[in-house]
Amino acid sequence: MTTSAPSPVAEHIGELLATHDILLFMKGVPAAPQCGFSQAVVQVMNQLGVRYAAVNVLADDAIREGIKAYSNWPTIPQLYIKGEFIGGCDIVRELFASGELRQLLAQKGLG
Amino acid sequence: MAMTAPEIEALLKRAFPDALIELTDTAGDGDHWSARIVSAAFRGKTRVQQHQLVYGAIGPDMGGALHALALQTEVPA
Repeated sequence: MTTSAPSPVAEHIGELLATHDILLFMKGVPAAPQCGFSQAVVQVMNQLGVRYAAVNVLADDAIREGIKAYSNWPTIPQLYIKGEFIGGCDIVRELFASGELRQLLAQKGLG
Repeated sequence: MAMTAPEIEALLKRAFPDALIELTDTAGDGDHWSARIVSAAFRGKTRVQQHQLVYGAIGPDMGGALHALALQTEVPA
């Protein structure tokens, strides 16, 4: 680990997370996901019926690599709620199926 | 190059010697894997932390040579 200042992309990611209560980093856009895993999370979000913002990592290589370093998580999609990393496709689906995701959103006043 | 089941299993066994590991080739193309891993190493950890441990065990090939790995992590009963 280094103690250097955050990289510009990490700062940019931090700003995005501060701006959007629910933020999904995905491949493609919600209306046209470019990967089955991103599509699966979009379907969960649609079923929850909450408003969320999405970042298409395929449109920005710096973000695509930067978000993996930011969360220490090697794959896309990645879901964040109030700046907190919730998980990738498997965890989001699991939390949705168990009702925990809805509960979490309600706790954060986003349900 | 995709990773083979023995390669994935060897990496996981090295990181989680006690683990029960079930690998499934979900698409039948040798490139999309599903893993169920039961290990005491996951005890007391959040799902995110559990999956991070697994990704750490796979190393830099995760997301590269290993394109897709659906994860189910569990603590032994």
